[in-house]
Amino acid sequence: MSAISASEKVDGFTRKSVRKAQKQRKSQGSSQYRTQSAPVELSPLPQLKDAPSTEQQELFTQKLQQCCMLFDFFDSVTDLKSKEIKRATLNELVDYVSTNRGVLVESAYPEITDMICTNIFRTLPPSDNPDFDPEEDEPTLEASWPHIQLVYEFLLRFLENPDFQPSIAKRYIDQKFVLQLLELFDSEDPRERDFLKTILHRIYGKFLGLRAFIRKQINNIFLRFIYETEHFNGVAELLEILGSIINGFALPLKSEHKQFLMKVLIPLHTAKALSLFHAQLAYCVVQFLEKDPTLTEPVIRGLLKFWPKTCSQKEVMFLGEVEEILDVIEPTQFKKIQEPLFKQISKCVANPHFQVAERALYFWNNEYILSLIEENIDKILPIMFGSLYRISKEHWNPTIVALVYNVLKTLMEMNCTLFDELTSSYKADRQREKKKEQERDELWKNLEELRLNNTTLVQNNSHGLPGVQTLRKKGTLGVLLGRWDQIQN
Amino acid sequence: MAGADGDDSLYPIAVLIDELRNEDVQLRLNSIKKLSTIALALGVERTRTELLPFLTDTIYDEDEVLLALAEQLGNFTMLVGGPEYVHCLLPPLESLATVEETVVRDKAVESLRKISQEHSPVDLEVHFEPLVKRLASGDWFTSRTSACGLFSVCYPRVSSTVKAEIRQHFRTLCSDDTPMVRRAAASKLGEFAKVLELDYVKSDIISLFTALASDEQDSVRLLAVEACVSIATLLPQEDLETLVMPTLRQAAEDKSWRVRYMVADKFSELQKAVGPEITKNDLVPAFQNLLKDCEAEVRAAAANKVKEFCENLPEDSREQIIMTHILPCVKELVSDTNQHVKSALASVIMGLSTILGKDNTIEHLLPLFLAQLKDECPEVRLNIISNLDCVNEVIGIRQLSQSLLPAIVELAEDAKWRVRLAIIEYMPLLAGQLGVEFFDEKLNTLCMAWLIDHVYAIREAATCNLMKLVEKFGAEWAQNTIVPKVLGMANDPNYLHRMTTLFCINALSEACGQDITTKQMLPVVLKMSNDQVANVRFNVAKSLQKIGPVLDSNALQAEVKPVLEKLATDTDMDVKYFAQEAISVLALA
Repeated sequence: MSAISASEKVDGFTRKSVRKAQKQRKSQGSSQYRTQSAPVELSPLPQLKDAPSTEQQELFTQKLQQCCMLFDFFDSVTDLKSKEIKRATLNELVDYVSTNRGVLVESAYPEITDMICTNIFRTLPPSDNPDFDPEEDEPTLEASWPHIQLVYEFLLRFLENPDFQPSIAKRYIDQKFVLQLLELFDSEDPRERDFLKTILHRIYGKFLGLRAFIRKQINNIFLRFIYETEHFNGVAELLEILGSIINGFALPLKSEHKQFLMKVLIPLHTAKALSLFHAQLAYCVVQFLEKDPTLTEPVIRGLLKFWPKTCSQKEVMFLGEVEEILDVIEPTQFKKIQEPLFKQISKCVANPHFQVAERALYFWNNEYILSLIEENIDKILPIMFGSLYRISKEHWNPTIVALVYNVLKTLMEMNCTLFDELTSSYKADRQREKKKEQERDELWKNLEELRLNNTTLVQNNSHGLPGVQTLRKKGTLGVLLGRWDQIQN
Repeated sequence: MAGADGDDSLYPIAVLIDELRNEDVQLRLNSIKKLSTIALALGVERTRTELLPFLTDTIYDEDEVLLALAEQLGNFTMLVGGPEYVHCLLPPLESLATVEETVVRDKAVESLRKISQEHSPVDLEVHFEPLVKRLASGDWFTSRTSACGLFSVCYPRVSSTVKAEIRQHFRTLCSDDTPMVRRAAASKLGEFAKVLELDYVKSDIISLFTALASDEQDSVRLLAVEACVSIATLLPQEDLETLVMPTLRQAAEDKSWRVRYMVADKFSELQKAVGPEITKNDLVPAFQNLLKDCEAEVRAAAANKVKEFCENLPEDSREQIIMTHILPCVKELVSDTNQHVKSALASVIMGLSTILGKDNTIEHLLPLFLAQLKDECPEVRLNIISNLDCVNEVIGIRQLSQSLLPAIVELAEDAKWRVRLAIIEYMPLLAGQLGVEFFDEKLNTLCMAWLIDHVYAIREAATCNLMKLVEKFGAEWAQNTIVPKVLGMANDPNYLHRMTTLFCINALSEACGQDITTKQMLPVVLKMSNDQVANVRFNVAKSLQKIGPVLDSNALQAEVKPVLEKLATDTDMDVKYFAQEAISVLALA
């Protein structure tokens, strides 16, 4: 606070980057509400490899129990010796389960899972930085990582051990285990989430009985994220796992899976932090469409429903996803959605934000999309023409104007006659639109008058109809609706 | 188009339908917001037979439109023909209550709750309650979530068999397998308990409460804490110990900080609900633990409640509990590592002085106040200063003034303008408590320095501050201490400072009265009309308009009018505009 530069004092705002730079990389302890008394000092046990094979199993168990002791990593000076012993022991355990065969006897499973649960399952601490911006801020790192990392490593090697038997392990790696594992995906530490991703993937692969449960719980996490908290750090990682799960779905798709697509994946697009997981999300969506092309129409309509109205960055992402979908679309499906889709694209092309307009115009560089457009030029050109024509004259950004000219040229070459017709009727069309708008305004204005008159009428007469009749005689509504008829025709 | 060639009177619905189908969301939204207009035009019968079925069928739209629809339908009773027909509104609202978007669903439930009151008891059983049942057994979680909010509104008005069914449905939802529904049920648990007969509260609600409070998800458990307040209020004192306390104790020591946070946050309500005896035996140690919690969030929430908790302690043992149990924890919090904890404490700690009285305050609290006044975090200092009035009543502010001054000066020069702004806002309060002498001697220079701050918001606040000071200390004081300095700035080379003079005059003229305004301020304003900066000139016009009402008509005609007329012919269009405006407002034309 002492040294304040003059420039800083002038506007009182420090630039975000400056503030960030001052902040140190933080680490955070897990929120262990421990009833456990202060850690007992650990004493080193003999090395497993030096023990006679008859005693190895017993020693393995002892070491697992030793690793259940938890330490406070916030305090970097206490228990240094014990912390080091635990680290070395964990390393040894990792090594032991990954290189030796026959060490996973049935009696070891509860000890192993107990050690894992004690170490990794914890309540995540409150976020230090409530307006954490994952794109700009440094994540808060887990303070006890030196130990936790090894425990994750151990869990992974345990699951990947050739002797590993899911039929025994399922007694310990059960629904409750999975639930707690899933909660950890909210960790701010990307290293932890990365481990969790691999581990959950292995569990999904090995425990057939847990698959439906895992999918359902991921659903719940996403739904809570979308509709309740808008906060969950592990969305991208979970989507990545789902991407490969969707890949393995059998055909025809079960309705449960379709529901997941429409009720969870599509609404996920509404998230504020979409940019953090959009790539993974789009991948999942495209996977679904490759499995079952008949889902194209509901997906596109879903995206159009949630199309961003104010956030240009998100709009660019949506356009990217639409292009990915168009890349794999079947021509028959394309026909079903071309009208609503190109109405939206026509709005994007005319967007004052040049990145949005540019992204939409890039569609015309895509050979496959061009071929689809050409095939349906009679439908698409009338939708696109108005925006393109106007933008070619009005857009502030010269790059966009140049792109629009190219697009107009391409479209003209596709159907020259239609293009000429549209050009000559452009002015008349605009005027008709304007007139229509005026008439709508008037219509509502008159309807409003009717309401005011009617309020008094209704008070005298519980059936509103005579009110309308009266007014019709007076002419207001009659004239008005006559005009409405003209608009319709 | 429906009926275009038939009955003429069908038109309005055709209009609406077409507007509702418009491609432009905004237009769809506009028409749905005017739904009542259409309904009026249609009359009650056709609203029931044509409009509502149409609305029920078209519920696939942008959430924005659905939200407007859900809201409208809550006020539609008269438009469908009064309470006797209100059940016609149920089908569209039922569909809206199953929508994914929470905002829409909540609004639909709100509207349903509203119109439930307009149902006759018979209609409630025939139409409303079946809807609640359908929602409660819906496939998708959204409808079950909505159902949770509807039980309590129909329960009191239905027969005992239906009541039993409703209780059964609620029980089922409390153990639903999606956490979203359990959360909804937990959040309505307290509300539902309130409408239940006491026997059922004991037999049904308590077991649900216990189950939800030990749910595997902390987001469910923490909602049970909220329900705990209502439930404890309903039960007779002798049952609390066995029925509620085991769960509450467990919640206060939950392994998730979110649950403990909730306990801390609801502590005062809990304290009132369980009464003085349990407070003494259970809540005091629990509160101590929360004040020492390992998570700063929890400590801050508890620190916020310190004053309220102490205030509500039973009078006979209040002082002893505070001195032996609470104060030691508070002392530790003063030097907490987390600034949110310290500032939460600082915002309430002063309130303890009224509870503890003069001697204890001087001996025990004063050192804490002084320590917080020197805290490195400006928010802590600000919170102490903003609550000075509590201490003033008990021990008088003089005790603090020696430490207060450096703290104020430092805040007044803080690099962050928001901090400076905050301290300015307390100046009138401080001035009132410290008295005019102390103020003139120590604080006046600060107040004047803010007038030339680099940040406009500070200059503006400083201007407003001067006005409040004049209101406090009177016109004579203003004339001697403030006005000369303010007017002196009119000759400053920086036009922003010259404008500040005008802003001050705007603010002060009324408080200073006609005499000072006419004799001292007006000449300066008039002279500034020749300023070379147009912004100053049009502010002269604005100032004249502002101080005009304080002046007498003589001054207005003889001095103000010619100057405004001259400004009205200025080369700058803004100056012209404001001069003309002033002329017309002051009726000088």
